[in-house]
Amino acid sequence: MQAQSSIKSDAHLPAQWHPALFDYLLRLGDDSLILGQRLTEWCGHAPALEVDLSLANIGLDLIGQATLFLELAGEVEGKGRNGDRLAFHRDVLAFRNCLLVEQPNGDFAQTMARQLLFSTYSHALFEGLCQSAEPRIAEIAAKAVKEVRYHAELAADWVIRLGDGTEDSSTRMIDGLDWHWRFVEELFEVDALEQPLVEAGIAVDRTQLRAAFDTRIAAVLTEATLPLPVYPRGIKGGRTGHHSEHLGHLLAVMQYLPRSYPDAVW
Amino acid sequence: MYTTELGKPDAKAPVAIGGEDPALVAAFEARVAADEFIEPKDWMPEAYRRTLVRQISQHAHSEIVGMLPEGNWLTRAPSLRRKAVLLAKVQDEGGHGLYLYCAAETLGTSRDEMIDALHSGKAKYSTIFNYPTLTWADIGAIGWLVDGAAIMNQVPLQRTSYGPYARAMVRVCKEESFHQRQGYEIMMALAGGTPDQKAMAQDALNRWWWPSIMMFGPPDDNSPNSAQSMRWRIKRDTNDELRQKFVDVTVPQAEYIGLTVPDPDLVWNADKGGYDFGAIDWEEFYAVVRGEGPVAKERMKARRDAWDEGAWVREAASAYEATRAARRAA
Repeated sequence: MQAQSSIKSDAHLPAQWHPALFDYLLRLGDDSLILGQRLTEWCGHAPALEVDLSLANIGLDLIGQATLFLELAGEVEGKGRNGDRLAFHRDVLAFRNCLLVEQPNGDFAQTMARQLLFSTYSHALFEGLCQSAEPRIAEIAAKAVKEVRYHAELAADWVIRLGDGTEDSSTRMIDGLDWHWRFVEELFEVDALEQPLVEAGIAVDRTQLRAAFDTRIAAVLTEATLPLPVYPRGIKGGRTGHHSEHLGHLLAVMQYLPRSYPDAVW
Repeated sequence: MYTTELGKPDAKAPVAIGGEDPALVAAFEARVAADEFIEPKDWMPEAYRRTLVRQISQHAHSEIVGMLPEGNWLTRAPSLRRKAVLLAKVQDEGGHGLYLYCAAETLGTSRDEMIDALHSGKAKYSTIFNYPTLTWADIGAIGWLVDGAAIMNQVPLQRTSYGPYARAMVRVCKEESFHQRQGYEIMMALAGGTPDQKAMAQDALNRWWWPSIMMFGPPDDNSPNSAQSMRWRIKRDTNDELRQKFVDVTVPQAEYIGLTVPDPDLVWNADKGGYDFGAIDWEEFYAVVRGEGPVAKERMKARRDAWDEGAWVREAASAYEATRAARRAA
């Protein structure tokens, strides 16, 4: 946090930070964008009307966060790309989201498992980012942290309900968690790109968030009467653009219009 | 977002069903005629109750089925802002469905019963949602035309005689007018965009125009339930009055953005102060009401699948609540 006082606005942010900060903002923005996009797939198809509304609500929050982070990324990059340009005109290798958020929705249990893991992590991350030395990140985080707290609570409620519901729902919940657990480790990784940002107080040290995450997840799963998943080895790659097979399909759908009509304004 | 009575003419529905106390009926009719609101606990004729359940549930179903054609483009909305606005709109439609089901439940029919009636094909929903959304411009056309038509229908319903329905409409109307503007704004951007975009907008108007003006329902001389609904103040304007109003408002909007309404007979009639327009293909309308719309099967399948595939979730939630209640009682 020693750099906090030296970074007040873009003008004060030394230029050597820009590439790393740009990448960091893509990581934040892409996580929200890709998960938001996944949640829109549910619209009109959820198990109950109230669920449809809450999934849309979460999706809306995430797309709002993505817009703020990607607009800021474009500003920091300084090459004239705005949020839309970044969302709709990058290919798979340039996306920086974690593997967890691009996973298919599966059934409702699988969707809620993904939401619980992501929002629990993301809540802790945004709490930390409220104190970021980069004030524009702190500002977005201050807004997002309230939204994400609600997402994490809603997901926890459903995981508990389904885990402690019927035999069928419990089995589905176990499978849903099992599907996603291999992508948890990636969430807490700090690589060479982030390390200097952490030291400058701009980024949060993700490794420090793991213990609280584990405690919270264990508490939810205990209440849900579900076993803690085990997976020997985490699967990683999203932060450097090496994604699962799913992301390419998601982007093909999401980006189709702006790519088909590159000169059009919508 | 749709309220025109689509039920078959109910010959068995006189003003007072045999056995109803004429004094109660007279008092009810007097209250309605004085523009008082009827509330859930008030006495009401059985036929009034049945008509309302049918109309409000039809309206609720239309909101829910109406999420599907727009949901079809949520994943492909062409900008972050368009995606967020469309998602908020579709969420509003779901919210409207929710309060309308609640309003109908005050009349003694459960949401599950209403949903069963939808899934079994017994209950109707707006014919308009049985048309496909082929391009992004269809999302503009739906907001502009379909929500525009819905507003025409619903503004008078804020003064409908049944209190819970009228109050639901106040909130719904506020949101619908935002929906209409977002749709028109999409069309405006397309009409003023590249030649491809403009062609897309014109094609959408060509396909949605006639189904939109059919949304107001059969012509007045062939709308068997209208007279009764007008008398009960369930309905406040006739189908043809509303249709005329919609055409008069919408044609200049199309002209303003350089699109052509696909009706060669459309002409301003200075004497009546409104447009004359071409003949509506009522054969098509009745076919769609019967469930023969281009994507009627897809819409119903999507709703039934969502319900059936979500059954285990609803069962789990009930089981969990039951366990909790038992624990609390222990």
